[in-house]
Amino acid sequence: MSILIPVAIISGLGLAFGLALSVSAKVFEVKVDERIAVVREMLPGANCGACGYTGCDGFAEAIVNEGVHASRCPVGGIAVVNSISDYMGVDEGSIDLNVARVLCQGNCDNVKIKYNYQGLDDCHTANALSSGMDACHYGCIGLGSCKKVCQFDAIIVENGLAYIDADKCTGCGKCVAECPKDIIALIPVLSGFTVKCNSHDKGAAARKNCNVGCISCQKCVKVCPVDAIHMDNFLAVIDPTKCINCGECAAVCPQHCITNTIVKNAKLKPNPAG
Amino acid sequence: MKELFVILIGAIFVENFVLSKFLGICPFLGVSQKTSTALGMSGAVTFVLVISQAVTWLVNKFLLEPKELEYLQTIAFILTIAALVQFVETVLKKLIPSLYKALGVYLPLITTNCAVLGSALIFVERDYSFLEAVVFGFAAGIGFTLALLLFSGIRERLETADIPEAFKGMPITLISASLVSITFVGFAGLIIS
Repeated sequence: MSILIPVAIISGLGLAFGLALSVSAKVFEVKVDERIAVVREMLPGANCGACGYTGCDGFAEAIVNEGVHASRCPVGGIAVVNSISDYMGVDEGSIDLNVARVLCQGNCDNVKIKYNYQGLDDCHTANALSSGMDACHYGCIGLGSCKKVCQFDAIIVENGLAYIDADKCTGCGKCVAECPKDIIALIPVLSGFTVKCNSHDKGAAARKNCNVGCISCQKCVKVCPVDAIHMDNFLAVIDPTKCINCGECAAVCPQHCITNTIVKNAKLKPNPAG
Repeated sequence: MKELFVILIGAIFVENFVLSKFLGICPFLGVSQKTSTALGMSGAVTFVLVISQAVTWLVNKFLLEPKELEYLQTIAFILTIAALVQFVETVLKKLIPSLYKALGVYLPLITTNCAVLGSALIFVERDYSFLEAVVFGFAAGIGFTLALLLFSGIRERLETADIPEAFKGMPITLISASLVSITFVGFAGLIIS
């Protein structure tokens, strides 16, 4: 019988604490706005922080409590923004859908190699060694540091050059921050033409280093009907706010470094399949 | 009064929980990167220590000792501490949400902080009175705070220090922790009882 006393005491203690806790949970109950959980469910749940809040939880709280508009989330696309706006009873609002693009076409065939790199598989490390192994100081190193930070599997690295799948890219900007060469840029989805080069070298030097670099010939600047292209230190830059996607520049570029990347982006459709 | 003062000084310096008894090493290494988080964590630990000392002393005195169930101390104390931490969490969430947010994940982590359980087991061993046990818990918390604050200051400096490659990260942290610990050996002769 004496064995029952310790059993009774410990289980009694547990029961008493359990009861006390459940009572205190009722007494000190904190009302949580149930809309936060619903909005949280609608958000993509990537926790990428592109909205500027601490993950999707923080953003959901801000939408409900502070009336922040859902369009700050670039990841879910227009469908998510619309459904959250519907739920919250606010105007649908527009969304600036951006897509990340690699402003370089210097793969192993196109760009000359300075030295044979045999180090860590990391762009920052290679960049520390005389700005990487490519002869061009501005171009993609191609070791895939951007690929490692991409949560959406949108980046592939092939033949020493990173490519971004525009359909998978959500425009969260993590790769933009990661790239040691700053060659990834967020560009509006609807803007089709970009100069895929980041070299500020003079024409002759650029041509020497790379087969597809901008040689600052300025043909595109002259041909552009809306004056959307200007030269920035021997590099043509297209202003996406002015560009009308006519394609004149791509046609005249002797280096073929202006390309049409206009995409039928899934995020632009109101109701993407699935 | 004199006994209480001796307990206070003893638990803060001579037998500092972190640096002499090596209790609560996990938060000592885990949350000492920044002084601000270290302060938050030690505040929460001190808070829980004081309350848990009081409650476990009562549990021990009026439940376990009369039935000669001292062998159940560990399990009963863990139960008590876990329930207490949970209770403190619910109360804080309601009454002081800002503190609740600041403590964040550290609060539930205290449930498994061995400094809390350790101080409960020590007061039994030493046969402390209720007041002595509470003062001991408070002093243990202050000692914990002191250790964490000292160490977080050092770690903030380590961030920018020129450390040999092989020692970067955890190795240099452990070495500096042991050096800080050695300095506390100097307090060993402070109290002659």
